Amino acid sequence: MTATTAALSIVALKKSFGGLPATNDVSIEVLPGERRLIIGPNGAGKTTLFNLITGDLKADGGEIRLFGQDVSRLPPHRRAHCGLARTYQIITLFPSDSLEHNIALSLLGLSPLRWSAFRPLGRHAHLYDEARGVLKRVGLDRLAGRSISEVSYGEKRRVEIAMALAQKPRLLLLDEPLAGLSREERMSVTELIAAIPRETTVIMIEHDMDAALGFAEQITVLHYGSVIVEGTRAEVVADPKTREVYLGDS
Amino acid sequence: MQFWIIQTLNSLALGGLLFLLSSGFSLIFGLMRIANLTHGALFMLGAYVGVMVLKFVPNLWLAALIGGLIVAAFGGLLERFVLRALSGNSLGQVLVTLGVAFIIADFCLIVWGGDPIPVPTPEALKRPLMVGGAAFPAYRLVVIGIAVVTAVVLYLLMERTRLGAMIRAGVDDMQMARAVGIPVSRLFTIVFCLGSALAGAGGIIGGPILSAYPGLDADMLPLALIIVILGGVGSLVGAFIGSFIIGFIYTFGSALLPDLAYVILFLPMIFVIAFRPRGLFGRLGT
Amino acid sequence: MRRAAWGLMAIALLGIPFIAGNYYINFTSQIFIAAIFAASLNLLVGYGGLPSLGHASYLGVAAYLSAWMYLKLGMAHWMTAPIAIAATTMMAGLFGLIALRATGLGFLMLTLALSQVLWGTAYRWVSVTEGDNGLRGMTRPAPFGINLEDPTAFYFFALAIAVLAIWLMARFVGSPFGATLRGTRDQARRMSALGHNVWLIRWITFVYAGFWGAISGLLFVYYHKYIHPASLSLTTSAEALIGVIAGGSGTLAGPLIGAAIVMVLKNYVSSYIERWNMLLGFVFVGIVIFMPDGLVPGVRRLWARWKARRP
Repeated sequence: MTATTAALSIVALKKSFGGLPATNDVSIEVLPGERRLIIGPNGAGKTTLFNLITGDLKADGGEIRLFGQDVSRLPPHRRAHCGLARTYQIITLFPSDSLEHNIALSLLGLSPLRWSAFRPLGRHAHLYDEARGVLKRVGLDRLAGRSISEVSYGEKRRVEIAMALAQKPRLLLLDEPLAGLSREERMSVTELIAAIPRETTVIMIEHDMDAALGFAEQITVLHYGSVIVEGTRAEVVADPKTREVYLGDS
Repeated sequence: MQFWIIQTLNSLALGGLLFLLSSGFSLIFGLMRIANLTHGALFMLGAYVGVMVLKFVPNLWLAALIGGLIVAAFGGLLERFVLRALSGNSLGQVLVTLGVAFIIADFCLIVWGGDPIPVPTPEALKRPLMVGGAAFPAYRLVVIGIAVVTAVVLYLLMERTRLGAMIRAGVDDMQMARAVGIPVSRLFTIVFCLGSALAGAGGIIGGPILSAYPGLDADMLPLALIIVILGGVGSLVGAFIGSFIIGFIYTFGSALLPDLAYVILFLPMIFVIAFRPRGLFGRLGT
Repeated sequence: MRRAAWGLMAIALLGIPFIAGNYYINFTSQIFIAAIFAASLNLLVGYGGLPSLGHASYLGVAAYLSAWMYLKLGMAHWMTAPIAIAATTMMAGLFGLIALRATGLGFLMLTLALSQVLWGTAYRWVSVTEGDNGLRGMTRPAPFGINLEDPTAFYFFALAIAVLAIWLMARFVGSPFGATLRGTRDQARRMSALGHNVWLIRWITFVYAGFWGAISGLLFVYYHKYIHPASLSLTTSAEALIGVIAGGSGTLAGPLIGAAIVMVLKNYVSSYIERWNMLLGFVFVGIVIFMPDGLVPGVRRLWARWKARRP
């Protein structure tokens, strides 16, 4: 029994595709404010786990609780209203819109304004002001009016994170936020992530060990859909099973 | 009793025709992920071309063969020059097939006029056969036979030949098929020609039963859609079974509940798409 | 630039009844009706990313309901109109529940299937719909005592409703809700993750599109004073879809221009060129291949390129 309610509590989560178990009886507990890193070789089921948490995939069994609330049967959009946000491995921005419009859509997701069907969007100036504010936090406010298709890949990655931050999430899932970035871009995104306030619990999937280890306080190692090792950074790094997973038979 | 026998045989005959129509549609949809809205028009084109060929070659079977080849050639050109230009744009491809259907329908109207053209039954098959005490046109029984033979030939093609194996691989997993070196573009053209040939031949074979008339395309296309949805995209067995199910529903529906025949026909399709599990859904959902 | 274009159009339209004869006045009235129908379809196709081949359902059902109530029940227009619109909109709600079980191709087929059921029923249920004969003898209403049998009066009536319809639909797509609708078109999964109820957004749009389809259906039956199962056919839905896409589904003006072109080809060109359907088919295929965004964006691009080239 934990004294504080976990930010995320997964119990015995299962998911199979055909006969293949992608998520195999996984139980994880992440405390509020924690920085949790999830690692594992390709095919370990990391993104599947994220998709189960967000509701994009329906679990075959098990339970998912967000801050004590059972969300196992809630559709993805309702989980967002419970304080959940995520970024995607593949950039999923709105390509024909401006950066501030992208953020505006994120802000609208949790705002009753999204049902307003008569007054033009432009009239709601405060929405775009807030969007620019969020872009400023990620250092992109000077590009606010530009179209997504015109900005660099690294900048798009930062917009992805900005979209999620705009939701003021209590739990943020980052799916390989550093993928495909150059050295400088990786540093700036890492700084960005480090600057996220403790009100937001962060769980990250990442392959880039150097950057990820700097971020992680607790690490969960997945392999073939099961939790192999779990603990603090020091513990996991020292554990022989970790090395086996990465360097041994895959 | 007689009524039931006759309607059953009618259902089987219609089912046979529908199989010729839908097998091609299913293959094209399954392999190329294109809902070929031209398919009904190809069937109709086959009927009209067959009528024209019959003037020179008064043998229905030859006309079906020649008509099928002509429609196949047309289908090949359509695939090669129009559909391929839109590869990757599946909505665009569907829309284009809609546009081409309009073109073919109007073309047939210009060339053959607005009146239905009856297609004469081959002499040898004009006499009725006695089936269980009811007189039934021999031709329709032959149509059933043709459908079965076609089904067997297609089955053998798919299961026993290299071409069939490549088609099945492509239907299952396009990425893998490409990766393994299967010549996907050529396969597409072949399958589209095959589907068109089946539709075209079907059109003229169905001539003695349905005639050739403007609007045949719009009558046939929805049936092909229903059958393929029911039977499963890309599945020949499904198209076979589905064709006969629809043949029965349509025939008995029209005979017993003429006012509501259309509703009865479409409800199964609506139920399947609306409530069928992910499998079929996933394919249609992109 | 855009304001000027709309303004010019408005002036031109207001002026037509004074310079043209009845034939052209009537013809333009038909274009207004087709424009409302196309714009309503575009809410789904262009802004929602949901290609429908069954939009004729709403035009046809509203037309049939109002004609049937008037002719068979002897009800007055001021009663039949709201009932027909309400019933058709509710039907849109029901159809939306079914059709939105799928997206993309599945959605297309479901809308087609539902529309075919209505079409087949209209043909076969002769005792109610008179089948292939259609329902004749409809009259035009006389709102505020204005006799709409007069072509010019009907013209302005249709124009007023068209302007209102398009203005409201423009507000709809320009609103926050409209932005979320476009979001679901571009990245549905992302929208869900952001907290948007993608299904509900689509369903509401579906119903709204059905509502305006019903309005166009009423105008349609008032204009022709006759309704026939062909108005529920795949051809009617397909012509509208072709008009929307050819004109440019991502824009407000596109469908209107596309609908006008289809009407012109249908009625005007066909007196010169025998087969307008074939021409329409060719034009459509050409646009899908060479100008996939449609005419309006295509022409805008050409215009921008031409302007850039001039010193």
